[in-house]
Amino acid sequence: MTELNLKIKKELERLIPSNFSKAKTKAVYDRVEKEFEEMKIEPGESVGLVSAESIGEPGTQMTLNTFHFAGVAEMNVTVGLPRIIEILDARKVPSTPMMEIYLKKPYSEGKDIKKIAMQLKETKLDELIEEIIINIIDLSINISFNTEKMELIGITQAKMIKMLEKSCKTAFSIEKRDDGILMKSKNKDESLNILYKTKEKIKGLVVCGVPGIEQVLPVKRNDEFVIMTSGTNLKKVMDFEFVDNTRTISNDIHEVHAVLGTEAARQTIINEVFKVIENQGLNVDIRHIMLVADLMVISGEVKGVTRSGVISNKASVLARASFETPIKHIIDAALTGETDVLASVVENVMLNQPVPVGTGLPGLVTKFKF
Amino acid sequence: MSEVMLNGIFVGSVDNAQEFVNKVIENRRSGAIPDVLNILYAEDSDEVIISTVRGRVRRPLIVVKDGAPLLNNNHLKQIEKGEMQWHDLISQGLIEYLDALEEESTYIAFTEKELTPDHTHMEISPMVIVGLCTSLVPFGNFNQSTRLNAGSKNQKQAIGFYAANFSVRMDMDVNLMHTPQVPIVQSMMHNISDYEKHPAGQNLIVAIMSYKGYNMEDAIVFNQSSIDRGLSRSSYYRPLVAEELRYAGGLVDEISIPDKDVKGYKSEKDYRFLEEDGIISVGASVSEEDVVIGKTSPPRFLSGMDEYNLTSNIRRESSVALSHSEQGVIDFVVLTENEEGNKLVQVRLRDQRVPEIGDKFTSRHGQKGVIGLILKQTDMPFSASGIIPDLIFSPHGIPSRMTMSHLIELVSGKTGALAGRHVDGTIFDSEKEEDIRKELLSLGFRENGAETMYDGISGKPLQAKIYIGSMYYLKLKHMVSNKMHSRARGPIQLLTRQPTEGRAKEGGLRLGEMEKDTFVAHGASLLLKERFDSDRTVVPVCEECGIIAVHDVYKNRSYCPLCGDNTVISFIEVSYAFKLMLDEFKSLGIYPRLHLAVKY
Repeated sequence: MTELNLKIKKELERLIPSNFSKAKTKAVYDRVEKEFEEMKIEPGESVGLVSAESIGEPGTQMTLNTFHFAGVAEMNVTVGLPRIIEILDARKVPSTPMMEIYLKKPYSEGKDIKKIAMQLKETKLDELIEEIIINIIDLSINISFNTEKMELIGITQAKMIKMLEKSCKTAFSIEKRDDGILMKSKNKDESLNILYKTKEKIKGLVVCGVPGIEQVLPVKRNDEFVIMTSGTNLKKVMDFEFVDNTRTISNDIHEVHAVLGTEAARQTIINEVFKVIENQGLNVDIRHIMLVADLMVISGEVKGVTRSGVISNKASVLARASFETPIKHIIDAALTGETDVLASVVENVMLNQPVPVGTGLPGLVTKFKF
Repeated sequence: MSEVMLNGIFVGSVDNAQEFVNKVIENRRSGAIPDVLNILYAEDSDEVIISTVRGRVRRPLIVVKDGAPLLNNNHLKQIEKGEMQWHDLISQGLIEYLDALEEESTYIAFTEKELTPDHTHMEISPMVIVGLCTSLVPFGNFNQSTRLNAGSKNQKQAIGFYAANFSVRMDMDVNLMHTPQVPIVQSMMHNISDYEKHPAGQNLIVAIMSYKGYNMEDAIVFNQSSIDRGLSRSSYYRPLVAEELRYAGGLVDEISIPDKDVKGYKSEKDYRFLEEDGIISVGASVSEEDVVIGKTSPPRFLSGMDEYNLTSNIRRESSVALSHSEQGVIDFVVLTENEEGNKLVQVRLRDQRVPEIGDKFTSRHGQKGVIGLILKQTDMPFSASGIIPDLIFSPHGIPSRMTMSHLIELVSGKTGALAGRHVDGTIFDSEKEEDIRKELLSLGFRENGAETMYDGISGKPLQAKIYIGSMYYLKLKHMVSNKMHSRARGPIQLLTRQPTEGRAKEGGLRLGEMEKDTFVAHGASLLLKERFDSDRTVVPVCEECGIIAVHDVYKNRSYCPLCGDNTVISFIEVSYAFKLMLDEFKSLGIYPRLHLAVKY
């Protein structure tokens, strides 16, 4: 018999009354152990296929009863089947990247919540500009600012000039004027094209906030303020001292993987998929999703359930070839002289051999006597 | 200055566009300008658009002036007397045709009641909101629009009296109802479309109740005795065609009884209905695989050695025979020529179709269903007055679909049948349900259409009152006998050696990818293998080089095409599709090698 895992042991310790005799306690443990053993998956059970069916079947219902909360919802969020597909394919960029930023104590109770939110929100120079003009004769760029907006964010023109200098290196001289900033090209023969490019470039200059955070929305959740964002940048956000970086999370799996590691990515996959299934009112056992998530991260990288991801890791040539782009796989196998040992389901179905699951698994063991 | 565009081409400009448009319309109504012209002043682009091209969809509307339609009772009287006709209404400018363009500038009243001085036009009838088929649904305005769609779609599939000259026509795949009836509950469209000249259904006594579970999930229960009296009988017609084609080298097909030495000769029994000219006689009762037109063709190409030896013309059998699971009576034979002057024989097969379990029926409200049980009259429930329903419809089809018109037709039909009159159920313009119910009460029945009924088997009264009345039911062209199919063994495909696909080819039913998954999920590995044994083959494999070897059955010896005789050759069991795949690999220059191992 295998030993019980720590979680169950702790649970038992909590639940067994202290006045139980030693023999009685042991009996309880034995019984739990026996039940645990019986609940284990038996050898030869096709867990992967059962998981696929268990997620796939409710998935067919999902597309039909997806509702769109037009307009009113806090933010536009991809939900339903498209979101599940996106997660399981491990797309590099989610269609609606989001973060939930939890805050440390005084801030989580609502202190300076607006200010904090504005600090996080990415503001580009373009939003502060009243007018931007290219002067062809002087080869210069005139920028006039919306002073009201600048005050709101708390940026001075001097600060702005520093930032512009940093972004344009030394190609331009930057002067402060009454109504804004004048950028003059140092090179007298500078082409108009470069001038135009510079103009477009400085328009996109991030003057304040975290790059990538497009929108912020403080929400009160269970007596606590949480900042929901659209757009993610987990790494930068975690640098802020007011952010509770033990709970702050992004829905971009690749970002989570890069910042917090494989286990966190696995958990994000589980949470995100389960969230969708739950909000569709469907009932899928979380262990099915856990299995899929395990498979996706088992190599230490996040791989999607696609022909370039998890499927390409399959050992069998025939199994890979039966799932999209067969010619590529067959030719590669022929070039390298691969051998298919027919250890899994699909290959054996193709050859009309018993598949090695369930009743097809056990072999015959014979004792030879010589 | 507004630009004037005629059929998309600039023709000039006007100072006051609206005035210009009004003048043109006035002239059109008075007949000075042809009525095929439509005009619009598009204010946003400030241009006058005139359209006279063909292909526009236009519809007639009554012209309204100062809140009153120009068409008045005097005109209607004149029409009744025959002094005025449709084209007079148009030439007098009482009714005009508008296209989608000119409609933009109008304000159209739906009924006379809602007319205001602002209105420019009025609908001829509110019925025009729906199309021809949809307006055949009685009380359609009580329904959800999706049900109206379903209702009109179903009517298009109904078996009826489709053409009066059906007996001399050679239509492909048609059905003809034997005793169609005119519906009791009608709409204005039934009159307009001369529905009584081509009816497509019958008035049945319908009871709405559950019956022993045999009418659940949209099934219906039928009365066997009604069927015996000829209810919903129809004929199915299918022509079989043969042509004497001409081939290169002066070779021709020949329509005749094939000789016994013809290649592919069936059996004497199959040709027994053919007369001397090789064509079957009218009235012959034929069943599956019987030859209807005997035909032989010249050999397609010389393939085997034996065909070189016998230089005389070995002809190919190419008779037209009934396909699998087909039967009927030969109804009509036509001998003609086709466009190229070749002899053309057409034989029409007729098959009587008596309603059976699985045949599809529908009311006119998108409430379709198949027969789930046919019960003898003695076992059917009956009402206090002894009325036995022809059909029992399940009440569970009503709440989710909300087809109120179905229920209203039932009382209306009952009232109509008892009063001996037609009931008008025109959409938006029908008789009032209240009045129909009052009339039913005056005829001595419950006003709500429900009656006390008795169980046909026990004779005990049923606890609930049963809603029973008369409804127009349609038999749809989807009949089980055209669709039922099963197979235990049968033909296989040449290439893959897997069973053929489809009913026409007597094919198998595929156990697909997802069905396969269920077997795997259950761990029923060996059962799955057995299921896929349809293309099982045993092939010799050379253990030396791993390639498929050759087994010579005559000499009972095996050899490898690569290693020759001196090698170990084992027989393995694989699917033929896999063997085919190995062959395809070889043709691509890929060397597929099988390593054999003892399995057990």
